[in-house]
Amino acid sequence: MLSAVIESVGYWSRGLPSWEAACAFAVHDDLVADAPARPSPQLLAPNERRRAPETVAVALEVALAACQAAGRDPASLPSVFVSCHGDMAITDYMCATLASEPRTISPTRFHNSVHNAAAGYWTIGAGAMQPATALSALDASFAQGLIEALAQIAAGDEAVLLVGYDGAATGPLQTMWDSRGLLGTALVLARAPADGRARGPVLRAWLGDDPPSPLDGKLSRRETGNASAAMLPLFDALASGHDRLALPAGGGRTLRVELAHD
Amino acid sequence: MPPLAIRAYTATTALGRGLDAQASALRERRSGLRRNDLTPLAAGEAPLDCWIGRVDGLEGAALPAELSQWESRNNRLAWLSLQHDGVREALAAVVARHGAERVAVIVGTSTSSIGATEEAYSRLRNDGREFPEDLARPTLHTPHSLGAFVADATGLRGPCVTVATACSSSAKVFAQAARLIAAGLADAALVGGVDTLCGSVLFGFNSLQLVSNAPCRPFDAERIGLSLGEAGGYAVLERLDDGERAALELRGYGESSDAHHMSSPHPEGLGARLAMGDAMTRAGIDAAEVGYLNLHGTATPANDKIEALAIAALFPDTLHASSTKGWTGHTLGAAGIVESAFALLALEREHLPGTLNSVVPDPANGPQIRFDSADTRIRYAMNNSFGFGGNNCSLVFARP
Repeated sequence: MLSAVIESVGYWSRGLPSWEAACAFAVHDDLVADAPARPSPQLLAPNERRRAPETVAVALEVALAACQAAGRDPASLPSVFVSCHGDMAITDYMCATLASEPRTISPTRFHNSVHNAAAGYWTIGAGAMQPATALSALDASFAQGLIEALAQIAAGDEAVLLVGYDGAATGPLQTMWDSRGLLGTALVLARAPADGRARGPVLRAWLGDDPPSPLDGKLSRRETGNASAAMLPLFDALASGHDRLALPAGGGRTLRVELAHD
Repeated sequence: MPPLAIRAYTATTALGRGLDAQASALRERRSGLRRNDLTPLAAGEAPLDCWIGRVDGLEGAALPAELSQWESRNNRLAWLSLQHDGVREALAAVVARHGAERVAVIVGTSTSSIGATEEAYSRLRNDGREFPEDLARPTLHTPHSLGAFVADATGLRGPCVTVATACSSSAKVFAQAARLIAAGLADAALVGGVDTLCGSVLFGFNSLQLVSNAPCRPFDAERIGLSLGEAGGYAVLERLDDGERAALELRGYGESSDAHHMSSPHPEGLGARLAMGDAMTRAGIDAAEVGYLNLHGTATPANDKIEALAIAALFPDTLHASSTKGWTGHTLGAAGIVESAFALLALEREHLPGTLNSVVPDPANGPQIRFDSADTRIRYAMNNSFGFGGNNCSLVFARP
């Protein structure tokens, strides 16, 4: 069995631009009155902040929020970035341009088209020379990212940053995968301290064959159209103090998660 | 780290299908590169003026009927690459020992089946709103197309994930598998990577002005850019029993980030040095023990210079280091597994490849970077794979 302390959480969706806002919504149905329409990650230089794809912006926003909430230097953490589809707006742009004027592909859009664009911008912005990875596994993406982050801790890392995000589908691609909204979450996961005094809920996880938790929590129902929604039972449980859930892990299996809240 | 057994490995590239084809072309210094003959999807566009490492016969290599819903150039190459060098037999053996749920599938790619998405966009129906019927298969049009296909095609049921960190993807799969097995979530893993030539990579790298109009010349003073290629490959990794030694082992991995730029490397190669250093530390060896190093060596002016600097700083003059991109082209997300296979071949067959097409060494090259091949028995071989976003991975393999 794998385990870690959840030192902090980052969260951003339209209308819920922080983990505090997400918790207030999950518990009291409160919404933020004048929430920003787009994340604005302070880690990027102002011109890059405006130009960054939304998926990159949301990933960096939640990653930085989680590091700050944990009191961890962003440069010190290895990171795992998970996204089901990467940036579908860029995929749409690349494919549409290739079908008409292939020699006009924008070099910036091309280098932003890699699945590890968010991870790359994060390590550059944070000055993190620690390893970063970028994974995809359809609705099992977040569970597989969580497994990788927990395995990194088991292999000796003291703390790991895990980020999950997906944006909206655009163009003809949305007839294949109709992802909506913009959603990002982040966790700073750390090895449990030897003295037992954890700075946050303790998470334990193992693979099983039970069905995944239904998407019936308030955060899950709110973002149900986003490709990353399968991760939300974990965030609903963290917001509401629930202690058991199962995330789809691929191949018909689930990642069982138990939370011991502090 | 606890060493892992490599029960089987394979590669399929422009040099041919399976290890014997790779080994003989490396020994005979026979390149797989050809003038680009891939017609763009856009009407009236000429092929880019460049050289490519194309795998022969993919157009006629349809998937078996029961897998036909996965049809794409990338999945064809994923399937074709799986049929060689005892990989399927090794998988059957690890499944028999541990059960299908205890064997993970961890594969790397940069573009997965996006070639199929590109094609769909070139044949849209209904005023450009709908995919053509034959390509309206959602699991092709997502990065996990590769991992999901390989899991379906092999019946493996352990954790399954597609790593997509650009050109370091299928090196990092070894690191991830090692952690997963050490953490007890699997007893064995099929690792690998597949990337196929498509418009995104050809015109994308062209937009960055990184593509050479002649066959690439890694570490040559006159190099002007890379040649793109396609390839697939796999390795079957398994936990070793106490005291057991395997014929070939994964001994170490090192990963790092440059923290510098999305598409150009750290000017002093700091990230590369960190990855190589960590891989050797994990393997418990020092730099003098590495017998062969397969360099990332893409043949772009900047990348090779920085890798050469890092190699000169880390290794004694006795190291034999080379780039094999002149044989295969840069196979992007598959480079990690292909060049790991070349490193394993160097261990097994005692032939250390040189660097094809390159004649005049760049003044920045140290004596480690060899253009000529050598026949030497070695114990440790290493592979470097570096990708966009400054994402680095180095691997150490051993023949105990």
